[in-house]
Amino acid sequence: MTELRHRGPGEDDVLKQQQQQQQQESEVRTDGEAPSDSEIKPDPGVPSTVDDTPEVLNKALSGMSSRWKNWWVRGILTLAMISFFFIIIYLGPMVLMMIVLCVQIKCFHEIIMIGYSVYHSYHLPWFRTLSWYFLLCVNYFFYGETVTDYFSALVQREEPLRILSKYHRFISFTLYLTGFCMFVLSLVKKHYRLQFYMFGWTHVTLLIVVTQSHLIIHNLFEGMIWFIVPISCVICNDIMAYMFGFFFGRTPLIKLSPKKTWEGFIGGFFATVVFGLLLSYVMAGWRYFVCPVEFNNDSNRFEVDCEPSDLFQLQDYTLPSVLQSLIGWETVRIYPFQIHSVALSAFASLIGPFGGFFASGFKRAFKIKDFANTIPGHGGIMDRFDCQYLMATFVNVYIGSFIRGPNPSRVMQQLLALRLDQQLHIFNTLRAHLIDKGLLSANQEATAA
Amino acid sequence: MTELRKRGGGDRDAENISDKDTDGDDRIGVGGEGDRDSKPDTDTPEVQPSVDNTPKCLNKALAGMSSRWKNWWIRGILTLTMISGFFLIIYMGPLPLMLMVLAIQIKCFQEIITIGYRVYHSYELPWFRTLSWYFLLCVNYFFYGETVAENFGNLVQRDEPLQFLVRYHRFISFALYLLGFCMFVLSLVKKHYRLQFYMFAWTHVTLLIVVSQSHLVIQNLFEGLIWFIVPISTVICNDITAYICGFFFGRTPLIKLSPKKTWEGFIGGFFSTVMFGFIFAYLLAQYNYFVCPVEYSESNSFLIDCEPSDLFVLQDYTLPSVLQTVFRWKTVKLYPFQIHSIALSTFASLIGPFGGFFASGFKRAFKIKDFADTIPGHGGIMDRFDCQYLVATFVHVYLTSFIRGPNPSKVLQQVLVLQPEQQLSIFNALKSHLTETGMIPPAIRGP
Repeated sequence: MTELRHRGPGEDDVLKQQQQQQQQESEVRTDGEAPSDSEIKPDPGVPSTVDDTPEVLNKALSGMSSRWKNWWVRGILTLAMISFFFIIIYLGPMVLMMIVLCVQIKCFHEIIMIGYSVYHSYHLPWFRTLSWYFLLCVNYFFYGETVTDYFSALVQREEPLRILSKYHRFISFTLYLTGFCMFVLSLVKKHYRLQFYMFGWTHVTLLIVVTQSHLIIHNLFEGMIWFIVPISCVICNDIMAYMFGFFFGRTPLIKLSPKKTWEGFIGGFFATVVFGLLLSYVMAGWRYFVCPVEFNNDSNRFEVDCEPSDLFQLQDYTLPSVLQSLIGWETVRIYPFQIHSVALSAFASLIGPFGGFFASGFKRAFKIKDFANTIPGHGGIMDRFDCQYLMATFVNVYIGSFIRGPNPSRVMQQLLALRLDQQLHIFNTLRAHLIDKGLLSANQEATAA
Repeated sequence: MTELRKRGGGDRDAENISDKDTDGDDRIGVGGEGDRDSKPDTDTPEVQPSVDNTPKCLNKALAGMSSRWKNWWIRGILTLTMISGFFLIIYMGPLPLMLMVLAIQIKCFQEIITIGYRVYHSYELPWFRTLSWYFLLCVNYFFYGETVAENFGNLVQRDEPLQFLVRYHRFISFALYLLGFCMFVLSLVKKHYRLQFYMFAWTHVTLLIVVSQSHLVIQNLFEGLIWFIVPISTVICNDITAYICGFFFGRTPLIKLSPKKTWEGFIGGFFSTVMFGFIFAYLLAQYNYFVCPVEYSESNSFLIDCEPSDLFVLQDYTLPSVLQTVFRWKTVKLYPFQIHSIALSTFASLIGPFGGFFASGFKRAFKIKDFADTIPGHGGIMDRFDCQYLVATFVHVYLTSFIRGPNPSKVLQQVLVLQPEQQLSIFNALKSHLTETGMIPPAIRGP
């Protein structure tokens, strides 16, 4: 298999290879003809597959046939990635945020590189600078919004941070505008269309990659369990669907990915739901996972300690009679969170794969086998994370809609920022509302501390 | 001039905008040729056949003149028509204004998407027209839903189904979007993968540009009609005065992208626009109708009545001594808003044109003369509104950063959505805060 060649040359040499291959290519190619997965010709205009497998691994597996070798490489790398994931979780929220940022930057880089190779625009004036500049701007905007919310006390203390946060939107917009004007000024007569394509490509990539990673960080701040369980469900679905497909797969699922089967899809669904239930049961017992991440102002570090909310307290649920006769229990003690985990797992197994199909379609459209060659046996970072993206948004929307409403402390801050007469007006309206609802009696208000 | 030919066929005619050869620059395998834009624009055969939309009566009235003057007159008459239409709709109130913004947004979206179809010959692509409009609908639903939830609180509180829709608004919008996304994935057809991805991306970038900006325009409108009228007027004024200054004094070209623009026009336009903005702001700031935030009252109608905020109350400013000697006044009575209007006009004249250059670059890149032919003499709606977009975002960012703090009714909405226990705790915290600052008397122990 092609990835077992020695580690290839660096980026510039890859481009030279591309150009040599292009000259051998025929002139006109109609688009969309997708070779099936088995014809893995290194396509021109694409970074040719280099073998990143470490030497030590190559040596250890040198005896086997290439098919088994590939399987072993994939398996070992999978285990390596999963263990790495657990180590990072152990290291804490700060490290997790850094890792999310790194993954985002790498995904952005991979997609932009594909754009360069599709459009031969690697040497376009200014464009590499502009793409990274836009990435920086959008990240600054999003991370600034997060920091302002969660680190409010820290921000209020430090004077420069306070000004940055007060005029944050204005500063971000100015930075973005600078990039926009630079783009307009950099338009070169022969390359208008290319430049607009790359501009569009950059913005769509930013839209996909940066917003999602921002939402992942939001989920993380709700409680690490909202970060870990969704990601694990997607990983589990990947692995389980593969196994079920391997052992029982017969009917193909979708033309885009000929290796996927209905048996794998359905088997993966049930396995992921069960896995999700078990994993949430295990995790919901630990405060470290369950409590919202907070920044402690005094000790200047992250704190994950609280009274677990109702979601994470064991409760008795009466089983419906059907299940009662089956299992022989009348009630069962589970965390309410486990019920939510069923919804998360169902989404991860039923809709998450559409993110994978989207990425497969994208790869076929641009005739690439993998997004990049970062991970031996697996491809690029985007290849591993394509299903995660829809999941991150879903979890964020789910939390926002069903678990918690707006953040009360944030609302309080906004209240205190109003003028005093406006506060008084709101106070009276709220009082009337609460009395209406019976939460406050008319004379109780006078004695409430 | 080319736009005076008779109206041609419909979209099918546009097939002769053959971009098949220009598509070559984005195909893998064409060795290093790069873009085919090396031909100057004038001998490009790919310009769309300009259709003449001029109404027959106008054509008759101007039949005598030479074509150059005829064009000038058509442009002039249409400009006046558009400006009067603008004033008429302002007079009619906020709701027609919102509807007009929505209609313009839909037309801009349609114009840009049609260009995409022509560039990629993807008009017949299965499902794609439906999906583009569906995505437009979803994103509009999301944004307008947020607007309704924030500003029409009274209406929402009363209606049970509306309350449900507002509470789960994000989830519903996301589900709708996902549906479109999954339909897109399922519609991928073997021979057309790349085209379909291009159109998907084209649609999303267009949505990003067009829909988000129109949403911001509506947000600005709710702050007060003056925040809607003054920016748009300054952009229009800058267009016109830069053209006039360039016409009379123009010598040095400004930027290669738009050869007709000159530095003299640019700078002359800047000064005229700042003055115009200053005077126009003075005129508008006197009327409550323009100055007050738009609110939706209990009686199912829009209410624009309030005590004008400090921005719109005349104040005395001492002129710096330089200007004192020039004008021989010591102080001058201005609205503080006029100072802000200088910032808005400056942005509209200095940075707004970059939106125009962007659109010019776009038209050159895709070898089109105008976005469409909706307005005779002017081109499409996008041609008129290309400079407005950056300005709308700027005004919104300016408003939120420098003018207003949080909106009290919005904050109240948020409080009412919280859980009862959270409301109680906020109530208590607020009460202690207000008691401290002396706004309410200390609690009296009751029975």
